[in-house]
Amino acid sequence: MNAEPLYQDLLKHLQEGLFKQASTSAVHLAGLAIGGAWIANRLSQDLGIKQYGVINISFHRDDYAEKGIKAIETANTMPTHLPFDVNNAHIVLIDDVLFTGRTVRAALNELFDFGRPAQVSLMVLADRGERELPISADFVGKKISLPHSQILVLEQNTSNQFDFQIEERS
Amino acid sequence: MTLDPNNNRIANQFNRDGKLTHLLTLEGMPKEQILHILDTAKQFVSITAPNREVKKVPLLRGKSVFNLFFEDSTRTRTTFEIAANRLSADIINLDIPRSSTSKGESLMDTIDNLVAMQADIFIVRHNISRAPIEIASHVPDYVHVINAGDGSHQHPTQGLLDAYTMRHFKKDFSKLKVAIIGDILHSRVAKSNIHALTTLGCNDIRAIGPESLLPSDLAKDLSSLGVKIFHKVEDGIKDSDVVMTLRIQKERMDQGQVPEGAAFFKHFGLNRERLAMAKSDAIVMHPGPMNRGVEIDSAVADGNQSVILNQVTFGIAIRMAVMSIVVGK
Repeated sequence: MNAEPLYQDLLKHLQEGLFKQASTSAVHLAGLAIGGAWIANRLSQDLGIKQYGVINISFHRDDYAEKGIKAIETANTMPTHLPFDVNNAHIVLIDDVLFTGRTVRAALNELFDFGRPAQVSLMVLADRGERELPISADFVGKKISLPHSQILVLEQNTSNQFDFQIEERS
Repeated sequence: MTLDPNNNRIANQFNRDGKLTHLLTLEGMPKEQILHILDTAKQFVSITAPNREVKKVPLLRGKSVFNLFFEDSTRTRTTFEIAANRLSADIINLDIPRSSTSKGESLMDTIDNLVAMQADIFIVRHNISRAPIEIASHVPDYVHVINAGDGSHQHPTQGLLDAYTMRHFKKDFSKLKVAIIGDILHSRVAKSNIHALTTLGCNDIRAIGPESLLPSDLAKDLSSLGVKIFHKVEDGIKDSDVVMTLRIQKERMDQGQVPEGAAFFKHFGLNRERLAMAKSDAIVMHPGPMNRGVEIDSAVADGNQSVILNQVTFGIAIRMAVMSIVVGK
C-alpha cells in the first residue's frame, strides 16, 4: 500500500499547524525507532528544521520477561538520541503505526527519562485501532483494520518514498 | 566448603535450549555469545548519556541480586552493585565475615537459605577455584549464578570488559597484538582474557613474566592456545597494540616466589621506556588494584595511553549486559 499520501497529509498538517510560524515554545520532532525515525528524518528535511530526535523504547518494553534480551536488540541499531532539551519543550512523537498503544506508553517513559516536556503530541501514518491502553493520536493519516495475525510494516525506498507492506506475524 | 580437586566437570552455563543461564567461565564460550554480550553492553553504555536525567532502566525491576563475596573486592563488587541498581534490581550485599558462614554454616546451606529468600541472581567471588560452578549446579534452574572471580581459575566479567575496552579503542581483534605482563600463574584475569581473545580471533597474544610466574607446565598450556611466552618485557612488548599489566600479589612476594617490589619493577615493571617499544598508539590496561612502582610506573598509569579508568566504566555496562542476558528467557 502506498504510504506517500499519508506522509504528505502529515507533512501538510505540521506545515499548517505547529510549524506555521515561529512558535513561542520549542517544538521538536521525535521519531520512534525504527519506522517513526525514518518519517521524522524526512519531515525535518521537508520542514527545514535542523534536528530531530529518535526514541528507542527497548529499555521500557513490557515484554522483557517474556522475550528476554531479544526484546531490547534494536537499541543497538538505533539508540535513543535527543539532541535538544526535552524540559519545557513541545515534543511531537512520530510513528508509522499505532496499534495496542504499548509502544507509545514505553516511548513516553523513555522520553521522560530525559526531562519533563511541556506537552507531548502523537502523530502516526496509520491507526489499526484495537487499543489495549488509553492512548490516542493527535494526527492519523489513515485508519486501517487488519487481522491480529498480520503486521503492517513501513518500508522506505531509495528515493525516500514510503510504502506499507502487510506481512504475516511470525 | 570442600571441593573435589579432581572435579573437571565442564561448567554448565547454558540451559537445554542453549541459552546462557549462568556466567561461569569464558573457556569454550562461543564467539557469537561473547559478541552478543559485548553488543548488549554497548546499549547499556548509552544509559549514562549526559542528557539522560534518569540513568536507570526498569528491566530487572523486582529481581533480587545477592552479592556473595567470600574474598575482598572493591571494584568488582561495587560495579556489580551499580549495574544492578541501573537495571532497577534490588541488590543485597552479604557481609560474609559476619554472616552465618563464619558461624559454621555450610556454603550450600547459606545458598539454600538465600534461594528461600527469593534470590534471582548470585554474584559469587570465592578464593576456591570452581566454587561458583558448584553453586550453579546446586541452585534451582530459575536462579542464576555469575562468577565474579574464583581462585586462580576465571574472572569472566573482567575478561569481557577487557575485550569490550579493546574493541572500543582498537576495533578489529584479528589484527591485535596483545602483551600481558606479570603474574600470569595466579591470574584468573589473564586466563579469562586469553580465552576471550583467542575466541574473538586475536592470534598474537604474548605472555610475559619471570619463570616463577610462567612455569613450564603453564607455558605449555598457553602455547597450545597459541600464546607466545617471553621472560623479558623488551622481547614481548615490541609492536604490541595492547599492553596489559597484572597485579603482583604482594602477599605472595613474602614467600619468595617472585622478586620483591623494587626488583620486580626493575625487570618487569611497565615504564615509559618499555612502553615506547610498543606501537605509539598502544593502549595500557590494568584490571586493578594497581601497585604503583611494582608492576606499573605512575607516569604510565596516569599517562595518555592509559585506559585503566575506561575499563572500570565499561565494566558496569558489561555487568548490566550479563545480568539481563542470564535472567531473560
